[in-house]
Parts: sequence; C-alpha cells; structure tokens
Amino acid sequence: MPKREQLQDDYLESRLIRRRLVLSAIFIVILLSLVLGRLYVLQIVEHEHFSTLSDSNRVRIKALPPTRGLIFDRHGVVMADNLPAYRLEIVREQVEDLDNTLLQLRQYVEYSDQDLKRFKQSLKRRRPFESIPLRLNLNDGEVARLAVNLHRFEGVEINARLTRNYPQGAHAVHALGYVGRIDERDLGEVDGVEYAGTTHIGKLGLEKFYEHELHGTVGVQHVEVNANGRTLRVLNESPPVQGNNLHLTIDSSLQKVAEEAFGNSSGAVVAIDPNNGEILALVSMPIFNPNLFVNGISFIKYNELRDSHQRPLFNRALSGQYPPGSTTKPFYGLAGLESAFAKKEEEIHCVGYYKLPNEERRYRDWKKQGHGPVNLTDAITQSCDVYFYDLAFRLGIDLMSSFLGEFGYGIETGVDSTGERKGILPSREWKRGHDGMPWFPGETLITGIGQGYLLVTPLQLANSIAAFSVRGTRYQPHLVKSVEKVPEYNRIEIASRVAGRYELKREHNWEHVHKAMINVVHGLRGTARGINQGLQYKVAGKTGTAQVFEVAQDEEYDEETVLEKLRDHALFVSYAPADDPQIAVAVIVENGGSGSAVAAPIARRIMDAYLLE
Amino acid sequence: MNQALDSDTTSITRRVLDALRLDPVLLSLVIVLALFGSMVLYSASGSDQAVVIRQLTRIIFALLLLVAAANIPLRMIRKISIWLYLAGVAMLIAVMFYGEVGKGAQRWLSLGFIRFQPSEILKLAVPMIVATYLANRVLPVGLKELVVSSVLVAVPVLLIARQPDLGTAILVGSAGFFVLFLAGVRWRVMISLGVLLSLMAPLLWKFALHDYQRKRIATLLDPESDPLGSGYHIIQSKIAIGSGGVYGKGWLNGTQSQLDFIPERSTDFIFSVFGEEFGFFGSIVLILIYVAIIFRGLYIAANSTENFGRLLAGAFSLTFFVYLFVNTGMVAGMLPVVGVPLPLISYGGTSMVTLMMGFGLIMSIRSAKRFMV
Repeated sequence: MPKREQLQDDYLESRLIRRRLVLSAIFIVILLSLVLGRLYVLQIVEHEHFSTLSDSNRVRIKALPPTRGLIFDRHGVVMADNLPAYRLEIVREQVEDLDNTLLQLRQYVEYSDQDLKRFKQSLKRRRPFESIPLRLNLNDGEVARLAVNLHRFEGVEINARLTRNYPQGAHAVHALGYVGRIDERDLGEVDGVEYAGTTHIGKLGLEKFYEHELHGTVGVQHVEVNANGRTLRVLNESPPVQGNNLHLTIDSSLQKVAEEAFGNSSGAVVAIDPNNGEILALVSMPIFNPNLFVNGISFIKYNELRDSHQRPLFNRALSGQYPPGSTTKPFYGLAGLESAFAKKEEEIHCVGYYKLPNEERRYRDWKKQGHGPVNLTDAITQSCDVYFYDLAFRLGIDLMSSFLGEFGYGIETGVDSTGERKGILPSREWKRGHDGMPWFPGETLITGIGQGYLLVTPLQLANSIAAFSVRGTRYQPHLVKSVEKVPEYNRIEIASRVAGRYELKREHNWEHVHKAMINVVHGLRGTARGINQGLQYKVAGKTGTAQVFEVAQDEEYDEETVLEKLRDHALFVSYAPADDPQIAVAVIVENGGSGSAVAAPIARRIMDAYLLE
Repeated sequence: MNQALDSDTTSITRRVLDALRLDPVLLSLVIVLALFGSMVLYSASGSDQAVVIRQLTRIIFALLLLVAAANIPLRMIRKISIWLYLAGVAMLIAVMFYGEVGKGAQRWLSLGFIRFQPSEILKLAVPMIVATYLANRVLPVGLKELVVSSVLVAVPVLLIARQPDLGTAILVGSAGFFVLFLAGVRWRVMISLGVLLSLMAPLLWKFALHDYQRKRIATLLDPESDPLGSGYHIIQSKIAIGSGGVYGKGWLNGTQSQLDFIPERSTDFIFSVFGEEFGFFGSIVLILIYVAIIFRGLYIAANSTENFGRLLAGAFSLTFFVYLFVNTGMVAGMLPVVGVPLPLISYGGTSMVTLMMGFGLIMSIRSAKRFMV
C-alpha cells in the first residue's frame, strides 16, 4: 500500500464523489434541455420558415470568380490581361446519364483524355449545382455547333468567362511567368472559399509570386432556380472584387531589344538600375508562348518544349548557374587593393602560365605566349589570368570568398519571383560539407579566375556589378514597381530595399578598378574595345569566358573543332554611363565562345536603347 | 411450460452475460443505439449498403473489444494505465514528426498495415492515469495532486490541439478534467481557474487558434458572413433540422439529406439527417437513449466500492455526454464547428472502438464490486 499522509475515509470520500456525480447529472439534464430547447425552436417554432427554404429549395449559392489583376510594364504597356473565352460546362446534378452525355458531346466538340480526367477530378470536389468546365477556349465553329444542339443536353452550358491572356505572346515570358488550371497540388495551398469559382492560378514567376495581389476577392450570388436547376433570377449578390494590378520595373521595349539581340542563341540578360535595384530587363533565351499553358497545353506541344535541346522552359536568368569566369576579376582586384595584398603599380611578369611553389602543374593563361609585364590595370584591361592566379595565391580562399559574398555571391538576391537559385560561393567550409575534402591551393587559383566550383545566376551577376558601380551599395532587385490597389486605383510603390553595403576602405581603390574597367571598353588593348565605335557615353565593363569543359595539360583548345555544345560560355558585365551609372547589364551567351565577340555587343545594344532612346 | 422456457432462456442469457462480466442494461442500450445509428447511416449515405455493412462490421469488432475490456480486472487496468499513457504520448510525439497528413491536419500514424490516430488512445489513457493517481490519495484533492494531474492532462491535450484537432483535444481534456472534478477539486479552485481561462481567452484566440478555427467561431455568430465556407454547413444543417418539424419527413425521405445539401452528412453532421427525417419527436427519443446510457454509467460509478472505479466510470460517462453535447450543439448551430462525431452513430471506426472499450471498462468496474464483496 502506498504511504498516506492521512488515513483515507472511504465513507466520506464516496459521499463526496457521489455528490459530485449527482451534480453532474443535474448539469447534464440542464445542458441537454438547452439542446432540446434549441431543437424545439428550430423544428417547431421556426419550422415554417425552414420548411419553405427546404421544400422549394430554390435558392442556390453561386461563387463569382474575381477578374485577375492586370500587369503593365514601367511605361504602361499591357503585359497580361484577360479575354472572354467560351467554355463548355456541365452541371452534374442536372445530367441523368453523364457517360452518355459525354459520349454524345463528342459529336460536336473535341475534348482530350486530359480534359476528361481534369473534369472528373473537379466533379469530386464541386459544390452542389456548380458548373464544371469540360473544355476551355471553344472556337466560334464549336460554339455554333453546340449552341444549335444545346436543347438536347440537359445540364450542359456554354459560358463566357474571362481568361488570362498574354497579348505579346512569348515576349518577356520568363519575367512574367504564367497561369494555368488549378490542380490538386495548388488546392492544398489556397483558401477553398476564396478560390471557390476560380479555375486558374499563378504557376510560375510573377504570376505565382504575386498570386495574393492578382487574384482578387470572390463574390457570392444567391440565385433562384427552377426545379431543373436553371437560374430564374438573381436574388442578391455581392460582386467579386478584381485583383490588384501590377506595374513592373521592366521596360518592355528594352526587353524586346535584348530578346532580338540574341538571335537564335541561348542565354540570359539581366539589366538593373543600380540606384534602386529595379530590374529593367530580365531575359532568358529562347522564349516560349505562355498562352499555351493557360488552357492546358497538349502533351505533344509540352514534350516538344521540354525536350528541345535549347530548353526554352528553363528560366536561365534566375535558375541558370554559370561559372562567372573573368567577370570576377574587378572584384578580386578591389579585394587586393583594399587588403593591401595588391599594389596599384606593382608588376607581375606573365609568361603564359603560373606555377605554385613546389608544384609541377601549370596553370595556363588564355594567351599562350603571355602578356609580359602587367600591373593591375593592365591585368583587368587585357584579362591576364596569371596576374590573378598570383593575386589569388596571396589573398587566399577565405578572403576571396568573403569579399565576393559582400557583393551577393552565394546568396539569393530575394527577387520577387519564383525559381531563383543561389549559385555556389566555395569556401573551406562549403567544401567540407560538399565532399568532405579539404581545400587545395590549386582550387584557390582557379577560383581566382572565376572557374572551379564558383557558380552564379545571371541575376546575381547583374546585381553584383550594379552594386560595384555604385561603390558597394547592393539593392534587393525587384520586378514590381508598384501595386495598384483595386477598387481605389491608388498605386502603392514598392520601396527599394538595401540588401547589403560594402564600406570601401579607400575610395581611390574603387576609382582605380573602375578606371581599369573603363579601359576594358575604351582602352587600346581592352578586351571589349570592339564595342566602342561610335559610343556616345562611357561604359565600364569586363568580359568573361566560362569554361564548359576542361582542357588537359598539353592540349590545345581549338574553337573550330569543339562541338558547339561544349564551347565556352561568353559573358559580359558592364555599367553606363560610367561616371553616373543608370544601368548595369550582365549578359551570358551559352556556348557563344568569347565574351568580347558575342556578349559585349548585346550589352551595348541594350545600353544604347536605354540611354539614347 | 412456455413460462418455464422463458424464464429458462432469461436465466441462460443472464448466466452468459454474468460469465462474460457484461452489464445487460448498458449493453442493450449501446447495441440499440448502434443499430439505430446504422439505420440513419443508411439514409445519410444515400442508401449505400456497402457503407452500412462496413459500419456493422466495425460495431461487431468494437463489441468484441468491449467484451475483452470488460474482462480486464481492475488491478490490471490500474497497472497498465501508466504504460498506455506513456505509449500514447510517445506516439503523439511520433505523429508530430512522422505522421501522415489528412485533411490539413497531422493526426495519423501508419504502422504499415494499419493507420490509426494515437489521440484516440489518450481518450482512455488520460482518465485512467489520473484516476489511478488519485485513487490512493486522500480526497478531496490537494494542491499537489491538482498540479500533477493537470500536467498529466495538459501534455497530451496540447499535443493534440496543435495537430490541429480541436475536437479530440476537447474530449481528452474534459475526460481528464472530470476525474479531477469527481475527486472533489474545491469550487473556489475551479471558479478561479474558470476566471483565469476566460481572461486568457483573448490571448488564446489570437495565438493558439488556427485561422480556420477562428473563422468557424466567427461564422457561428454570423453564418451569413461566410455562405461559401463553413457558414454553409451551419445554414444547410439548420434548414435540414428545422424542416423536419414534429415528426420528421420519414426515413430516407429527407430532401436536404438526400439531395446532398448537407456536407459531412454521414460523419460529423449525421444528426442533421436524423433531425430532418425523424423530427423533434425522434430527437427527444434519441436523446433519452443517450441519457439512459449516461445515467447507467453514473449509477455504476456511484455504486462502485473503490475510488478508482468511481472516478473512472464517472469520467467515461461524462465524456460520453460531452460527445453528445458538442456534436448536437454544433449541428444545431449553438456551438462552433469542431470535429466531434455523434457517438456510436457517426460513420467511422476509431471513435466507435474507443467508446466501446470505455463501456467495457465501465462494465469491468461494475463486476469488480461483486467479486470483492
């Protein structure tokens, strides 16, 4: 027996418990009387009222889907709107034999197995007497054929609904994203009530990121119907509220210039206003027509897009990760000056390769015969690799890694879209986590010319050069300039956010590298001097070439013989006007060869369009 | 001759029931209710025989468990309560990490061949452990006992509430509370706790409830404000019940029910089908059957010879009442929509099994008396 502080008195205790039991019984009687009282009110007192409601049961509640908000570019050009489109819809409750009806309808209108599958899925989660779409986007012929025969099909309706439309087709598709039919996965994420009448939802990009702004508020309609369920009249209605409009930072015409400049190549361009982080153009090539996705793309079309070797569905600007190559050199140069590991006029003798002390391996310069004696300015202007092998050796990976981090390498920019990746900023720690190996000195060297593990997205590349151009202030890049609230139609500006700021130790360190970058374009031996003809403003830039595959120690790299797929990526980063930057541009042309020949001219066309027109 | 046969059969039934340690009154009431429930379910499911057969199978399975539970000696019940409780809490924690998500909440634990809700175990284990703990203490309970018991109750309740499963949390919480209540927690303690809770209510409203739960309570106050969402349940349920009138529209004749206007009509909202088809009169009869079951349980509790039996049987009976009250209150639009089934009638196996095992334990308490004296 457990010990007791006091002797238990069974008589007293059982009396206590019994008292409580009786008390509970009384409570139970009282509470159940309340329930019965409530039932009395419902079933006896208000019986007439509910009986009328139930008997005729004429009143149906319908959800009215809101119209999706519009999207404009920074100058008011429409990028996404809504068009009326006819849909074939079926009210399950009014159809006697659904399978037969579906079979019969096939005579007048085609629908795919996919349509049918989706229809059956929607059937399962409909509310009573809701009309479920079978086919979207009927053409005039189909509407006419159906309309004539509609009287034969009880419960089949043709309804006109507003559907998302991208008036410019493929233009700017990777900046906008697109909407598609709501599927099972989306349903888990949205509020069932708000989406009661909605059939489409943002799937990618802006359309997805700003879904909560664009969608709007659902409306409700109480309608009176006859015995067959046909609507007789609307009793009352609270109309839906259109979604908010978006005004983008994108300049549609600039975007178009960039898209055209690419021709048939694959790649990406991002142009940013370095003073506030507004994205002026965000291009990933090739592009595709998002209107295909709005009403459900066919398997054949989709497979065609998916399997194309140029991968048009892949948003390179945000999700593509590339070695930045020599475009990192200005950053390392600045890091060298700021940390005093490099001196402005100190010269290195470039013989075409570099060797680590006590190591046989040769780290090669892109110029086989070498650049001769070069200082920092020369090394940036001519993109000398040996200078930067040596600088990297002195800086060490820790300093290099943290310095690039200051300019946004290795972290997401936080852009207001979906699918952004963060690239790779290698460090000792990263490598341990990556493959458990220690960091090797040779890896520091190739990181020093932007190769090796280092990867960036085009957006990161543009944002880092934008931050550089304004002496270290890095904004969070964004695509939306303002949200226009409906129905008041007042615009709420999206404030620019500073994502990070690098404090320069000495301003003239930055000036020095900045001048070297101007030399890249305007200098006699600059790697991008090819674009300076007739240039009406000053450009600071840096070319880059990203190796796709490695050349063995004693092999030659011959552009002609290498398959296009394995050819180097061409890169160019730049800002202009150099002394008062208004635009920063990063260009990557996949398998384009050298940055100077392919990427730089695209950047020039964009800057011309933005600054001169 | 006939009379003799009659008395013979009665005595045979009696002897069988005695041998199985079953209470004839409670058992027959429960069976009547469950069978009556299957009839309502047949109507609610749109005359789906498969559903009813499945439900009947569950009833038989649950009755077997009832018989098994009735034959566990009280000593054993007290001994296993701690293990059952610990296992239940452990599984709740496991659900948090490995549970399967169904209908927006993480409640299910899968053992490969069977999926079940660990929270159901706690409906039995919580009152069992609190009753075990308090049975050997001097009553009315002191402060220390109060604190220990409250912790024993609060841990699983909070775990269940954050799944989120408000309905089960309420049931488990009240089961634990009733043991304490019967054990004689002083009125002033209860009143001050009540005041404290109502003062905390605004905070709970803000931080403890999920959006959808807040919405349901707001909807209760003004169902018209959300006719497309949860307000729809309440509006349609009220129309169904109200249109039933005095005698109802008759079995299988409820238009609201048959035309699919009532959501969840074979599970949580089955009472609206019942109210529509059997009317106010039927509702009174149904509630009287429930009251008879509850009072039989309270009677067994009052006549038990030891505190453990009194507390446990009393708490089970009162929890059964909570099921009934919360469900009918919700369907009649008096209480917010929380997932509490109508006991022994709603479609579904888990609550059926737990309830029947509870009744089995009550019967075990009843027979313990006679073996002791």
